[in-house]
Amino acid sequence: MSFEPVVLFFLLGVAAGLARSDLKIPSSIYDALSIFLLLAIGLKGGVMLAEHAEPGMLLDGAVIVLAGALIPFIAFPLLRWVGRMNRADSASIAAHYGSVSVVTFSVGVTFLAQEGQAYEGYMIAFLVLLEMPALVIGVLLARHGQGSVKWGKLLHEVFFGKSIFLLAGGLLIGYLAGAEGIKPLDKLFFDLFKGVLALFLLEMGLVAAGRVADLRAHGPFLISFAMVMPLIAGLLGVVVAWSVGLTLGGALLLATLYASASYIAAPAAMRIAVPEANPGLSIGAALGVTFPFNLFVGIPVYYWMAQTLYRFGG
Amino acid sequence: MNTSNRLMLTVVCEAVLEPLLEEELPPLGVTGYTITDARGLGSHGRRSGAWRKEGNIRVDILCDPALAERVAEHLRREYEANYGLLIFSAPVQVHSA
Repeated sequence: MSFEPVVLFFLLGVAAGLARSDLKIPSSIYDALSIFLLLAIGLKGGVMLAEHAEPGMLLDGAVIVLAGALIPFIAFPLLRWVGRMNRADSASIAAHYGSVSVVTFSVGVTFLAQEGQAYEGYMIAFLVLLEMPALVIGVLLARHGQGSVKWGKLLHEVFFGKSIFLLAGGLLIGYLAGAEGIKPLDKLFFDLFKGVLALFLLEMGLVAAGRVADLRAHGPFLISFAMVMPLIAGLLGVVVAWSVGLTLGGALLLATLYASASYIAAPAAMRIAVPEANPGLSIGAALGVTFPFNLFVGIPVYYWMAQTLYRFGG
Repeated sequence: MNTSNRLMLTVVCEAVLEPLLEEELPPLGVTGYTITDARGLGSHGRRSGAWRKEGNIRVDILCDPALAERVAEHLRREYEANYGLLIFSAPVQVHSA
């Protein structure tokens, strides 16, 4: 199995963080990198969507989004009753795991490029569609009919927060421009993609290293959860992808999306909508464990799961 | 040049609260404020600011004591229980033309 070198930048960041190196990516550069990644992914998806749009994908899309909405309902009882965590923390963490991580997805895309596997371009649309339902479900689970929720603020954060806004915007621009129209932008958005992803992973490593202390305080349950939950969700993704007839590459990406946990959109949304939940727990698990787990173990495992199912399932 | 005695009310809180404060301060009677990014150490641990979602902001408001009281009371009621929040004030002289 080939090894994707960009993930090594994550390790470099972790090493710098643990060694207390003075390496720091200024927050304005972090913002610029994330804007670039979101737009580049959106554009790429839009271009691919313009080439292969077919009506049948709407039904598949509905199945994929509905099945994805199951993830917080699997995570919540595990956290609440097996992990004995309180309702707010369980719901908030469930929302993080139901939502998706753009960077994990990007690493999945580079993994497929390395393997020479094609995938459905419209998978990128699911980055947008899968981000939202889990956040709303998380808030409903946390509230359980009690207490007030700042729904307006939450929905504004979800729809107009930069991640959804730029992904959806890039998708639309890519779709309207098509492969020919986007050519002048290729050099910036597509050729530089992997290099920028490497820089971003360096920063994620630095941030994740700062999370290690948080996790130590919260014990073995959460750490195990953060590795078992992506495997359950990844398996669900492979099965759903197979049942709606996605390609092998599409199956890997769907598994990666289901398995990934949000650490950008979800923390902000949960901080506003479920303020009594401890953000250290959810971000620590999502970023400190699940993100590197998916990078180094998860993605190759989901690929293996997909290959196995596609071989025997036909 | 005129000088006048006012209070500088300073609020240090999580960056995620910024849009909420922008909405809630004017109705309380606040006509102006300055927001800066902040980082530091406190009862909620180290807030490195290296990452937007775990950064702090510092909001400075020039006001009279009654308004300072109103703002502090509102923020404490709404956010003290669940968010990192520090509020203090000091008398200042404002120099204006």
